[in-house]
Amino acid sequence: MTKAITLAISLIAAPASADWQINMNQGVTALSREIFDLHMLIFWICVVIGVAVFGVMFYSIFKFRKSKGAVAEHWHENTTVEVVWTVIPSIILIAMAIPATATLMDMYDTSEADVEIQVTGHQWKWRYQYLDEDIDFFSNLATSRQEITNEAAKNPNYLLEVDNPLVIPANKKVRFLITANDVIHSWWVPHFAVKKDAIPGFINESWVKVEEPGVYRGQCTELCGKDHGFMPIVVEVKSEADYQQWVSDQRAMKLAMAGEASKEFSMNELVAKGEGVYNTACAGCHQPNGQGIPGAFPAITGSTIATGAIDTHVDIIINGKSGTAMQAFREQLSAVDIAAVVTYQRNALGNSVGDLVQPNTIKN
Amino acid sequence: MATVDVDLPHVKEEDQHHHGPAKGLGRWLYTTNHKDIGSMYLIFSLCMFMIGGIMALIIRAELFQPGLQLVEPNFFNQMTTMHGLIMVFGAVMPAFVGLANWMIPMQVGAPDMALPRMNNWSFWILPFAFLILLSSLFMPGGAPNFGWTFYAPLSTTYAPESVTFFIFGVHIMGASSIMGAINIIATILNMRAPGMTLLRMPLFVWTWLITAFLLIAVMPVLAGVVTMMLMDIHFGTSFFNAAGGGDPVLFQHVFWFFGHPEVYIMILPAFGIISEIIPTFARKRLFGYASMVYAVASIALLSFVVWAHHMFTVGMPLVGEVFFMFATMLIAVPTGVKVFNWVATMFRGSLTFETPMLFALAFVVLFTIGGFSGLMLAIAPADFQYHDTYFVVAHFHYVLVPGAIFSIMAATYYWLPKWTGHQLNETMGKIHFWLSFVGVNITFFPMHFVGLAGMPRRIPDYALQFADFNSMASVGAFIFGFSQLVFIYNVIQNVRVGEKATAQVWEGAQGLEWTVPSPAPYHTFSTPPKVD
Repeated sequence: MTKAITLAISLIAAPASADWQINMNQGVTALSREIFDLHMLIFWICVVIGVAVFGVMFYSIFKFRKSKGAVAEHWHENTTVEVVWTVIPSIILIAMAIPATATLMDMYDTSEADVEIQVTGHQWKWRYQYLDEDIDFFSNLATSRQEITNEAAKNPNYLLEVDNPLVIPANKKVRFLITANDVIHSWWVPHFAVKKDAIPGFINESWVKVEEPGVYRGQCTELCGKDHGFMPIVVEVKSEADYQQWVSDQRAMKLAMAGEASKEFSMNELVAKGEGVYNTACAGCHQPNGQGIPGAFPAITGSTIATGAIDTHVDIIINGKSGTAMQAFREQLSAVDIAAVVTYQRNALGNSVGDLVQPNTIKN
Repeated sequence: MATVDVDLPHVKEEDQHHHGPAKGLGRWLYTTNHKDIGSMYLIFSLCMFMIGGIMALIIRAELFQPGLQLVEPNFFNQMTTMHGLIMVFGAVMPAFVGLANWMIPMQVGAPDMALPRMNNWSFWILPFAFLILLSSLFMPGGAPNFGWTFYAPLSTTYAPESVTFFIFGVHIMGASSIMGAINIIATILNMRAPGMTLLRMPLFVWTWLITAFLLIAVMPVLAGVVTMMLMDIHFGTSFFNAAGGGDPVLFQHVFWFFGHPEVYIMILPAFGIISEIIPTFARKRLFGYASMVYAVASIALLSFVVWAHHMFTVGMPLVGEVFFMFATMLIAVPTGVKVFNWVATMFRGSLTFETPMLFALAFVVLFTIGGFSGLMLAIAPADFQYHDTYFVVAHFHYVLVPGAIFSIMAATYYWLPKWTGHQLNETMGKIHFWLSFVGVNITFFPMHFVGLAGMPRRIPDYALQFADFNSMASVGAFIFGFSQLVFIYNVIQNVRVGEKATAQVWEGAQGLEWTVPSPAPYHTFSTPPKVD
């Protein structure tokens, strides 16, 4: 507590550390540092004006008290003073706006990018598509539900961890093409000073050039529904060599996955795999126990779709249901995942239909 | 009806002596008296302030620690949405209209509002608007959960069914505000006492005149945007639906074209109140009266050309960013003039520190802090880091709570003796002030820190590094919230008992309202006073 008060009073740029961080992160790019400097400049301008105004005010409060015998004077206007305190702030503001405009121009210069990545906001996950590499994946919250509901200890990256982080190379200009699939989201990584709204029907641009490899974390910053607070962003910045290695690993993984899709799975394999898929992709709305939320999200347990014809069941997962929050999972899940989750929903969560579906019968 | 019939002869009998209020419930239902309607607005506002406050405490209780403890994320979103809507449309705006009803006729020397029957109507539709809005909490799918700014398509395609009730409620609130505004303009322009030229009007009257024009200009825009939502939801249009060729960003432009002037609707009357109170307790005329009027007018005009500073991250063209940054920074100039003038009024005055003055002084300091963070937010490149974080939450709560709300409390304490005829209990007033002052700062100051450190707004759960300041803010919120019980106690006690107040009430008070007895008779200025 004492520490908090000391920090609060000092109001000085503290190093980005500890739980009592009080200032903006300087970030890890030239642009983020420029923005930080603007932030500190305008902050100090406010401090100077504040000290002057509050100084005179508190001087008056202590000096011109009736209880000390102060008698009010009668003047109530002074054109010179009024002009002065109109003109001086105007000049300060213009002086402030010039460097700000210069920084804005840098932020808007998205030309000559080395890597281009499309970022798409979905309720409540991010999709990253590397436009030159044929890499395409979804990035979901990785924090366990037990941690959120206080049944397990929270790890240091609580709510700021994902299953598949975005990977970008260091010292390259990376251009982001930002859009959304359903509602408006906003993609923000504080250390990059990149925040851009992801809007359905629009493609916004932003860029970053990170000097040092590292892991940087951010969050969605536009209210996008129930799990707005649970769709973090993790960016791994790798050296050029590591990045190339990662790209070729991704290609190899893709081939391996294509091979999986033609295999035959047992019921137990599918249900076991399906549980993981369900908790990542479905439980947010339909709830981990399959009960849904009455009035908002239907239950899986006993649902006519999950206990009815298997083709209808597969179809709604692949194509979604337009006009509702039920998304099309065609591009989010592999054939194996879809087969697994369908089998899981039919044979768990209180359902026991007894049939299963193989990945090779799923036609995306 | 029976009670009215029974009471009628009695009322007529009294009429021979003076035009007193009617008896029973009928008095409040049928009243066209500006003082009765003013009181009803103020009581309604206080009820909404309590309901919105309970929602704020639910939010702060959930955010006391990381993890989900008390509420589900969907309900949390309903709370943030309803808290915002109720505080803006139910607490702050009706409180100012209530003060306007009570004070404007008395300050300009008019016998009542210009349109008394419409005045009754504009009040009585409000409780129904809020009943409709609040009833949505009990509907399947829950209350609106898309934030008080209700951005499409979250509020259209993806909204709970109750959104239609929300739209209907907003329409009624808007109609109420427009009628209230017309009434205030008609009263001020037509019913001033002889000799009260425009530039002799009290600042509270001036600021309300300008506010009323803002209301008439932008409430129809709000009505328009919710109607477009209604069309999208029920009649197959695609104003905001990208899949149908619509434009989600259009929603934000229309909303903020209403929304930014709306922000000033909630602060200009506060400027008027503070400009009344500081001269009274400094025993010195307001410094720079004319420049105060011009400052308010220029703030109002500028409010129409700054709306997109709420949208710096939507991907506007560069020139748009630069224009809205410059225009927004410009607002700091007239706002600065007002603060300088208040300080200059105190300078070489003869100050005392009764409860209304304490709230006014806290307003000047804390509103200015909110102004500073506003200036920081205007710097577009830095706004990319501030936008939609707790820094913004801290900013607008500083201008709305110790800004607008403190001014309403200051006004209540300032004019209460005139309304009730009883002097204030200064001790209780000061207890309320200090608890509120400490509570409000413990609540909202740490929000600057977590916002800068990277905590987004409108999240029910947060990363561990934000935990300490969030606990602090929650403790502050409960202190602030419960200290309002002292306020309610003070007001009720003052209505019931207290030392008899003089007509003047405050030694340094100037203006027509202090020439009538305390409590103000049911009808004042039936014969207009002469102002010179």
